Amino acid sequence: MTAHISVQNLSKRFGENADAVAALQNINLEIAHGEFACLLGPSGCGKSTLLNLIAGFITPSAGSVSVDGRQVTAPGPDRGMVFQEYALFPWMTVEQNIGFGLSIRGLARADIAVRVGQLLQLLKLEEFRARFPKDLSGGMRQRVAIARVLALDSPILLMDEPFGALDALTRRTLQDELLRLWSELRKTVVFVTHSIEEAIYLADRVVVMTYRPGTIKRDQHVALARPRDPAANDFNALKRELSTLVTAEQERHLESERRGVAVD
Amino acid sequence: MTVWARAQRFSGFALPLLLLILWQALASAGVVQPMVLPSPLAVAERWWTALMPAQPYDSAQGSYLAWVFSGELPHDAAASLWRVLLGFLAGAIPALPLGLVMGASRAAYTLFNPLIQILRPIPPIAFIPLAILWFGLGNPPAVFLIALGAFFPILMNTIAGVRSVDAIYLRAAQNLGASQGTIFLRVMLPAAMPYILAGMRIGIGTAFIVVIVSEMIAVNNGLGYRILEAREFMWSDKIIAGMVTIGLLGLGIDVGMNRLNTHLLRWHRSAEK
Repeated sequence: MTAHISVQNLSKRFGENADAVAALQNINLEIAHGEFACLLGPSGCGKSTLLNLIAGFITPSAGSVSVDGRQVTAPGPDRGMVFQEYALFPWMTVEQNIGFGLSIRGLARADIAVRVGQLLQLLKLEEFRARFPKDLSGGMRQRVAIARVLALDSPILLMDEPFGALDALTRRTLQDELLRLWSELRKTVVFVTHSIEEAIYLADRVVVMTYRPGTIKRDQHVALARPRDPAANDFNALKRELSTLVTAEQERHLESERRGVAVD
Repeated sequence: MTVWARAQRFSGFALPLLLLILWQALASAGVVQPMVLPSPLAVAERWWTALMPAQPYDSAQGSYLAWVFSGELPHDAAASLWRVLLGFLAGAIPALPLGLVMGASRAAYTLFNPLIQILRPIPPIAFIPLAILWFGLGNPPAVFLIALGAFFPILMNTIAGVRSVDAIYLRAAQNLGASQGTIFLRVMLPAAMPYILAGMRIGIGTAFIVVIVSEMIAVNNGLGYRILEAREFMWSDKIIAGMVTIGLLGLGIDVGMNRLNTHLLRWHRSAEK
């Protein structure tokens, strides 16, 4: 079986000439259909840049990203994105937000209502359907953002630190919810995080990235059975191992910050 | 609610009331001539007379409602408001799409901005002579001047509004498969709405100023005309009655705009009470 997402010799530089920052350098990565992959690393390691390249928001300086063998050139609804800042449209109600992607495709009102109804149920949002985003908690907003992307039935889910702004309890609930959705819907997920525990809790595979220029330091398969227990010994052994890698990169980040070159 | 809290709630009305009493006292004492400063009671009487129908009700002449509004004041107020509405629409209808395009496209901004920056500082009042030359007397020059007054605030705010749209909404819309046209209408326009409405509020305020001035020059009805006419006869009570009406209408328009604002922006954070 061919890879779902294939990243080949990908590099991304920001800026011009002497001021240019190499965000990503020669990344090669294959993500299979239905796989849950986490991109892990300190800030400035280019993990969000890599996600934005897969989403098609930015274009590579060299190399390419392809999905099902077709090269990515622009953003599209086949790769649904969930942002850390939610990015819900504040002038639309929960229902309207979830139905937006369907309505711009020209679906009939009745069909949209049915699909939105299913998603409200799936994400336990029924009682909030008529509310505006400003009247929702962070956790609820992120549920709406996930529902909005699921409405399009995209085979790929891209998530950019989606739970980064949530409190620990809400975070765990949403992580479990996401795992439930993933196992039901069999999406391919690329999930960016800087939390080692979150990465091990969720992913089939944790891709640890180096600080600038971003390269792949370790491609770690996570074999632990689900549901995973963050207090278990094997969980913690893996956490310690990855922690050493991430901390080393974090040190490099701090070092360059001291020298005054870090921008991120 | 304590007595103190209740008293505080009405404290804003105490000052105007005190001024009214002082004014009435000055007039009653005969310190100032009535022609220079008529008493508030005289103004109120004049206002009431102008508000009421001049003829007794006669069912043969038409409906009761038409009779109720047949007084001089309702006629003038309606004429002024009609001009404000026409002029406001004539200013807002081109300002809105132009502002959206200038806010979204750098090329359009570069093309139009110098011309707009030259024209914008010229007060609409300065266009009066030209407006009369171009459009003659009557409603057309008045509507033109009011449109000018409404055009620029709406344009400038629409540009600022479109520029303030958070890029993440555009990304999210693109990601969901929205075309450029859809993004324009369903993302940029509503996201810029708080700015646009603020511009409209300023625009309608300017329109209200300009309508009074243009009625003093180009037409022969409306509140501005009536004030100037009263001056010819030295009816200072009627002048002040006209000014009070203008104040009340302006307040009414502002309250109306505020209501509209709160309704349209009920999704907005700052609309929270």
